[in-house]
Amino acid sequence: MDTWNYIEYGAWGLSALFGLLIVIDWIKIDTTYSEEMLTSSREGVLEAMTEKHKLEGGDGTF
Amino acid sequence: MAHSDMDVDHTAHGQSMGLLRVLGPAHVWALGVGIVLVGEYMGWNFAVGKGGAYAALIACWFAGVLYSCVAMIDSEVTSTVAAAGGQYTQAKHIIGPLMAFNVGLYLVFAYTMLEAGNAITLGFLVDTVAGMTGHEGGLDQRPFIVLAIMFLAWLNYRGVLATLTFNLVITAIAFVAIITIFLATSPLLGAGEMLHKDLMSGQASLPYGWLGILAAMHFGLWYYLGIEGTTQAAEEVRSPARSLPFGTLAGIMTLLIAATLTWYVCAGLMPWEYLGDGVNGAVAPLFSAAQITGSSALVWLLGIGTLFATLASANGCINDASRAWFSMGRDHYLPAWFGAVHPVYRTPYRAIIFLVPIALIFALGAPLDQVITFSILSGLLGYTFMPINMIMFRKKWPLDTIKRGYEHPLHPLPAISLMALCSVTYFAVFLGYGTQLIAMIGFYIVVSLWFHFWRYRFVKRADQFTMPWPRPRGY
Repeated sequence: MDTWNYIEYGAWGLSALFGLLIVIDWIKIDTTYSEEMLTSSREGVLEAMTEKHKLEGGDGTF
Repeated sequence: MAHSDMDVDHTAHGQSMGLLRVLGPAHVWALGVGIVLVGEYMGWNFAVGKGGAYAALIACWFAGVLYSCVAMIDSEVTSTVAAAGGQYTQAKHIIGPLMAFNVGLYLVFAYTMLEAGNAITLGFLVDTVAGMTGHEGGLDQRPFIVLAIMFLAWLNYRGVLATLTFNLVITAIAFVAIITIFLATSPLLGAGEMLHKDLMSGQASLPYGWLGILAAMHFGLWYYLGIEGTTQAAEEVRSPARSLPFGTLAGIMTLLIAATLTWYVCAGLMPWEYLGDGVNGAVAPLFSAAQITGSSALVWLLGIGTLFATLASANGCINDASRAWFSMGRDHYLPAWFGAVHPVYRTPYRAIIFLVPIALIFALGAPLDQVITFSILSGLLGYTFMPINMIMFRKKWPLDTIKRGYEHPLHPLPAISLMALCSVTYFAVFLGYGTQLIAMIGFYIVVSLWFHFWRYRFVKRADQFTMPWPRPRGY
């Protein structure tokens, strides 16, 4: 068993650690915040406030 | 990660919680070039095997024209569609829901397969390094494949600014490594060790004739595949109208330079038979070129460049695939559960998590060439959509109706060129991977039927169109 075999074990360990960090945070967030708040993102909301499109000849938006 | 006052207020008032607008043009460049640059380090040289070194150069430049069209078209459309999802969102606004659903799946498949391919490559690289340092019997590559995917997923989960700043640094190092080996080996500054004349004359010039050039087109895509991914950052850049065209066009220029220099260095140092064999010959051609020079500094630099390019590509792929999946969830094209944003990190965290096991399954259970072929085919289907999208966009919303951040020149020439080059590439792919091409198209037909007859009833049709655009001409 040489250094590379230990590095293999280290890689498995780090993989498990990153996976665990993600899953713990995921559970914490999903149990702390409401589903309505988490899925409240809407496309183009900020864009509508900051970007100005020239409307020539058009009579409305969709 | 810092939150701006506007973002905090926006959330506190309970309107909506969206992705953070924190990126600049350099991050857009890092996203696009980061995904692609691994193609310069490995993969492109299969084009040499198909038709010789000249064929690979012609394929490099033809594919360069194709991707310049992609970059110009994307820059114009996405400078007006400043939302995550990239081409999926463009298709939704410009063509219709069925096309959008298909384009969304093309994107997710192309990027997730490419991520899996990069992870497999990374495992191979670590194994190679272990062999070079005296380890006998080979390594178990699986822990390194899994670690690459888990670390990058965690980074993406934690925030887009850190993710793409990381990509910016490692991509810049990988690009500088290509410039360095070119300068070190060319007559401009280095020893002038190039042997193009000897290696590319006689039978070696075009070993399979003009058909070889056509066959090389398939792998010619590898020099640039993924630059269109810059559009996925549209909802997270501070100034979409400026940053997206700037980052995308700077990205394609970088890749044109990197691809040509890579070809020049490798074709001048290795015979085409060795260079073109990406399995038993030059697996990582730039690294092989560095070994041939005999400079240990160059070997280290190009070794690090290969590793960084692979990591950057996988990192960008996770970013892009998750944005496309998130956007489809947000519009209810997929379950709305996927449209969630992390309240602290402001990332599409459920989309990121969902795609991790899929990438792991393909990285651990599928052969590299099949994974890469499915990625290329999905990408190619996406490129075929782009010219249709562009022509319809200019027809429905002419230049005087919507303010664009960038107007691409010579319309409709780039769109027509892109369509023609896509047709040639389909033929080239059919020559080598006809069964996979037909299987892939069959898969998309089946999921389209599922979407049309079942899923579309859940789509909130009015909610999905939120851009403050005028009505399309003729409606």
